[in-house]
Amino acid sequence: MRTVSTAETAATIHPWAIHAQALRVRAGRHLAVDGLDLSLGTGVHGLLGPNGAGKTTLIRALATVAKPAGGKLTLLGTPVDGRADLRPARRALGYLPQHFGFYPRFTVREFVAYMAWLKEMPKADVPAATQRAIDRVGLAAKADARLKTLSGGMLRRAGIAQAIVNDPQLLLLDEPTVGLDPEQRLDLRELLRDLGTDACVLVSTHLVEDVVAACTDVVLVNEGRLLWQGAPEALGAQGDAGHPGDSPAERGYSALLRRHRAEATR
Amino acid sequence: MTTHPTLGEIDRYAAGEPGLDEATVWSIEVHLEGCADCRARLAGGTTAASRTLITEVAAALDREIAAGPTPRARAFFRTPVRQRWFVAVLLPWVVMAAAVLGTAALLTHSLPHLPSIVLLLAPLAPLPGVAAAWSRRTDPAWELIAGTPSAGLTMLLRRTAVVLVLVIPVLAAFGAVGANRANPALMLLPCLAFTAATLLLGSFVGVARAAIGLMVAWAAAVVAPSLATAELPVLLTPAAAGPWALGTVALAALTLLRAGTFRRLTSF
Repeated sequence: MRTVSTAETAATIHPWAIHAQALRVRAGRHLAVDGLDLSLGTGVHGLLGPNGAGKTTLIRALATVAKPAGGKLTLLGTPVDGRADLRPARRALGYLPQHFGFYPRFTVREFVAYMAWLKEMPKADVPAATQRAIDRVGLAAKADARLKTLSGGMLRRAGIAQAIVNDPQLLLLDEPTVGLDPEQRLDLRELLRDLGTDACVLVSTHLVEDVVAACTDVVLVNEGRLLWQGAPEALGAQGDAGHPGDSPAERGYSALLRRHRAEATR
Repeated sequence: MTTHPTLGEIDRYAAGEPGLDEATVWSIEVHLEGCADCRARLAGGTTAASRTLITEVAAALDREIAAGPTPRARAFFRTPVRQRWFVAVLLPWVVMAAAVLGTAALLTHSLPHLPSIVLLLAPLAPLPGVAAAWSRRTDPAWELIAGTPSAGLTMLLRRTAVVLVLVIPVLAAFGAVGANRANPALMLLPCLAFTAATLLLGSFVGVARAAIGLMVAWAAAVVAPSLATAELPVLLTPAAAGPWALGTVALAALTLLRAGTFRRLTSF
């Protein structure tokens, strides 16, 4: 018997968890996201793209940290561009930045509880939610260790724990697999599949095999624009043996990028 | 609330009869959780065997609790972790402000022909702390915090209040000692006005940049000329207290109008 979460039974009045129309976001002076159209619903979405494609800037904008320079952005039915009130969307949001900053003297439990408090969770729910989030990322044995004593992979998992502590409807993970060993990556895929059943999870990564294994949908961006969106199997069908790569998905990824570059130079 | 189960049902429930179907057991249990009367009736209807079982479980639980770790006492220093962290981050800045003010007090004491340097520097005393309270350099988790619903003017004001609580007593102490003691209103009001101005300017260019800009501007426009001419500027004469108060209120009101900008990263 599967547990039915409240998010599944609640009536949603928004068709997409993330809905961006002609979104433009600046990173410094450079327009890193330039006219991106994106609609994402429930499920695990893998965000792929070469370095400098605007993945991190896009995730920052979706996390409501960076302000869009133009276009429309709606998260969970709430507009978050311009002067809108960001708090309802932020309460339902989980975010792991690429450079995960933390307080070295906090223990894992203190840090996750502090983030839960910042996310305006009811005070009575914080200890249980903290313990649950730490359990889900497999850090229960290190829950009372200070963050400065943790290894890189453990820190990454502590970062994921703080992101999922409020049971977000919209979870944004920027390169969560960095520093994880192969076994932990398998656990993370399992966790992502679990979270993706009732939330919109967007995972930015460079590892095509992670996307194929754990995601229900692939989003490929390049130069700040949406290049391709579809199922992982369809990504494999994009390339043939002539394209570089060791798996069908990798060949499909490089085929899409090459086709796009060829069109751009023409 | 569910209707009370009959006495017969309670007796059968207490006896653990298999004839009772699951749905009935659930509804009886839900009802028992909320109804003390029925719990009392259930206690009266229990068999000797279940009573011995309950006694055994209670004894075993007592043993476990006695053997387990004792609950941690809530000591004085066990304040919420966020406050401990914040005070630890701010202390160096407050100590620096105190050191600068102490030097200023010594200089004022040894150079009586100059205007009070403590008074001249008072408006700037909380600014390094305010800059540190809302800066990417001192807050490693700035990107996480900027994406939470709590981020905003309320959080910045809370942090600013901590800075002021730490700085103002130091300022008052240095202002009160020495031969030419300063007017407390003329120390406190410019101090508050500059804090409000930092927040207002910070909503446009970032709090840390605003603090540095204001410190440089005040030092160049007021402190340096008054040290050169050895005269107290008009801005710090007793007559200026009213305008300072008005200015503080106006700046604070304008800051409230700009509250929305503190929700984004640009103010960090």
